[in-house]
Amino acid sequence: MAVTRLFGASVRRREDPRLITGRATYVDDITLPGMCYAAILRSPHAHARIRRIDVEQARRAPGVVAVYTGRDLQGQVGSIPCAWLIPGSDLKTPPHPPLAVDTVRYVGDGVAVVVAESRAAARDALDLIQVDYEPLPVVVNAEQATQPGAPQLHPDVPNNIAFHWKVAGGDVDAALQRPDVVVVRQRLLNQRLIPNAMEPRGAVAQYAPATGEMTIYVTSQNPHIHRVLLSGVLGIPEHKLRIVAPEIGGGFGSKIHCYPDEAIVAFCARATGRPVKWVEDRRENYIASIHGRDHIQDVEIAATRDGTIVGLRARVYANLGAYLSTAAPGVPTILFGLMLSGAYAIPNIACDVFGVFTNTTPVDAYRGAGRPEATYIMERMVDLLARELQMDPVDLRRKNFIPPDKFPYTVATGLTYDSGNYAATLDKALAMVDYPRFRQEQAAARQQGRLLGIGFSTYVEICGLGPSQVAGAVGFQGGLWESATVRVHPTGKVTAFTGTKPHGQGEETTFAQIIADEFGIPIEDVEVVAGDTAKIAMGWGTYGSRTTAVGGTAIALAARKVKEKARRIAAHLLEASVEDVDFEHGRFFVRGAPDRAKTFQEVALQAYLAWSLPKDIEPALEETSFYDPSNFVYPFGAHVAIVEVERETGQVHLRRYVAVDDCGHVINPMIVDGQVHGGVAQGIGQALYEFAHYDENGQLLTGSMADYVVPKATQLPRVETDRTVTPSPTNVLGVKGVGETGTIAASAAIVNAVVDALAPLGIRHLDMPLTPERVWRAIRSA
Amino acid sequence: MAQIELQAPQLQCQLTVTVNGQKHQDVVEPRLLLVHYLRDNLGLTGTHIGCDTSQCGACTVLLDGKAVKSCTVLAVQANGAEVTTIEALAPQAGAAGDGKLHPLQEAFWEEHGLQCGFCTPGMIMAAYDLLQRRPDPSEDEIRHGLEGNLCRCTGYQNIVKAVQRAARVMRGA
Repeated sequence: MAVTRLFGASVRRREDPRLITGRATYVDDITLPGMCYAAILRSPHAHARIRRIDVEQARRAPGVVAVYTGRDLQGQVGSIPCAWLIPGSDLKTPPHPPLAVDTVRYVGDGVAVVVAESRAAARDALDLIQVDYEPLPVVVNAEQATQPGAPQLHPDVPNNIAFHWKVAGGDVDAALQRPDVVVVRQRLLNQRLIPNAMEPRGAVAQYAPATGEMTIYVTSQNPHIHRVLLSGVLGIPEHKLRIVAPEIGGGFGSKIHCYPDEAIVAFCARATGRPVKWVEDRRENYIASIHGRDHIQDVEIAATRDGTIVGLRARVYANLGAYLSTAAPGVPTILFGLMLSGAYAIPNIACDVFGVFTNTTPVDAYRGAGRPEATYIMERMVDLLARELQMDPVDLRRKNFIPPDKFPYTVATGLTYDSGNYAATLDKALAMVDYPRFRQEQAAARQQGRLLGIGFSTYVEICGLGPSQVAGAVGFQGGLWESATVRVHPTGKVTAFTGTKPHGQGEETTFAQIIADEFGIPIEDVEVVAGDTAKIAMGWGTYGSRTTAVGGTAIALAARKVKEKARRIAAHLLEASVEDVDFEHGRFFVRGAPDRAKTFQEVALQAYLAWSLPKDIEPALEETSFYDPSNFVYPFGAHVAIVEVERETGQVHLRRYVAVDDCGHVINPMIVDGQVHGGVAQGIGQALYEFAHYDENGQLLTGSMADYVVPKATQLPRVETDRTVTPSPTNVLGVKGVGETGTIAASAAIVNAVVDALAPLGIRHLDMPLTPERVWRAIRSA
Repeated sequence: MAQIELQAPQLQCQLTVTVNGQKHQDVVEPRLLLVHYLRDNLGLTGTHIGCDTSQCGACTVLLDGKAVKSCTVLAVQANGAEVTTIEALAPQAGAAGDGKLHPLQEAFWEEHGLQCGFCTPGMIMAAYDLLQRRPDPSEDEIRHGLEGNLCRCTGYQNIVKAVQRAARVMRGA
């Protein structure tokens, strides 16, 4: 492929001027004439029967326009749907009423909504609603929820098991029973996390009774998915429903999903005839926006004495919370179990996943979504195995890597990795940390009683979701292709429309780089538009690190279609045959006669004037591509953490963090580095700080930013980044995703480093987060 | 069951405050937060709300030249004071970044110190305050100085670089 000036350049971002001047428009910045404000009353109980709700006082309160309960919504707003119906798992999909009717099932479950003239009046009136709850027994732990006698959440879901999903390749039983293998077993807890996008979720709904049109401004990573789902939930035909996702302040997965709240707000707008705004506060965000992870994993890994891994088995309880969120069943199965081979050639793999309902906030896709949980298993187990075999963890990894000449490579779970060179990233990372020298330093430090450790994570991930046929085969209720429309205006300026919805990842810039290169025009002449179903025909949004790999490829393909049409028009204008017309630096010219030329802008104008076009060419210059990838993409890398643990306090000091990633060709290195920094930060957050902690009554003990540790500037290191480039053969740009790699890799690297530091004390495993208290207790009892 | 008395908010307060150089006189509820006053009454939506507990700092503005979290200040506490918001740092800036940006804004742009941009106005105002107090801060001082402002996108690495760059420019170094 042609690497031109802008592709590969650290162009500063085109979205930034509005963001750094405070002039961007996020959902909460929208004010419409006559707008009211909604506030949602949420259950303080994790599990309770609703005996009675009295809203009369609230209705009479000053400024209150309306109060609705679950019963008022019945027949008006449908059940909140689950859109990932994994096959072969006996999946149960119990109803999810937008506001609870008889029973609340988690702290945060909506019970009633107040619409009032002001935010304050709506919040005041919440306190006047009286709900008579009859508390029911509570279960918050996924394993316990499956035990006999556990509290039951839904009538038709025995033992709270929403699904039992299995994947198997080879013969794991035989592999684990071989007489010549060592088997290492470990229970790993992958704790529950809260995504913490800095912008809370919100929605503004406006209904036009005269036309029947509903417009919903909503914090969405995928407005078209919201339109399809809300159309069904609200009974509004799709062509009368417009979803606008304006500036979105981060998502990390938490703004993919169709929540009850936006449906409630739309109902209120229709019922009151007034525009209605609802924005959650952070407390609400913590209990009513999805959580991530929360696995209990029992893992066995088997290897021969020389370190050849022959089998891996995992049995997992995945906590789903109280209801099935939009993509919930797919995350701990398809995005998790299929990736258990990691970067290694393992002939025998089996995985059983029990998806379990508990009295907690629903769990769904949070940055990495299944892949951090899978990577953590493999990378922790490799380290445990290395210790058992008394091998260097680097040597053990290297011995089992899928070799670079074996790609495309099909792993035991059935996925076919597109391309890779795992040893190359590892070699680079080892050189950056000077591994032999570090081991010497470590030995010296241990002599002094200091606890110094190094940890590796040689991850591979699946992203660029994905081929639609595969999406269908694994039960995803949508396609995963992407659309792009490239519209050249008569003056040669370009507006490009993408069905993705970037919200911090910078594709307004990177997509403009692709287009400007293709047409040989300044990047300032290109505008990228996303996030409005009235402007963009269809698309599947931003998640699963798909935006550049799938949406960017669609952009390139649409631009190339435009260029081909322009070439034919240029040939006609130049009275040359199409084959003789070349294009360079924004000019079409006759080969061998560079002065016989038309600029891109001249051709654009002629396309619109249409005074003289070839017979078979229609006027105008605009093309759309609907690009459906033939495979996923599989970025990979080697992350290395070096830590020192304070023996007296259990405090983990992160001395160095090295990230060598390979995401294929890089469009904008500055943006890719930024994605790695942020991804690593969230992985470090999981390893050291973050934990959504429920007590046995289902109360979220870490229910605010004062209690849940979102890492601060003083708690994160400088990340040293480097890259190798192994292009993806899947798409014409040769790109892979990079939005989630850091999060997928980092938690295992950190934990491996801390356990390595504590190895002289005989400590072989600790569960995350590695808070000073947890580490200190482990040191004390070692 | 306890009956809750309905009480319309009776008390209203006079407020005189200068925001971004412009004097405003209003009658507000005493419980009105400064951030809501700025956003809802004055339409200055560049100041954001990210939490309820004064952890995130997205709402940081300058009150008489010092950085405060405007979700922790009542509007009436700003009576007689001068408030500066992100909108005042570059009043003339256009969409393409033409017009004069403040060195901090330039530096955040240049160093990729933002991704989703939601924390950015607060982060810039906090950095502004920091550089007033410490024109040549070390990396450690920057990290500590911005401890009250959370960013979930960047891992702070490029924010630190941006503040270092701005400090150099503002010192004329």
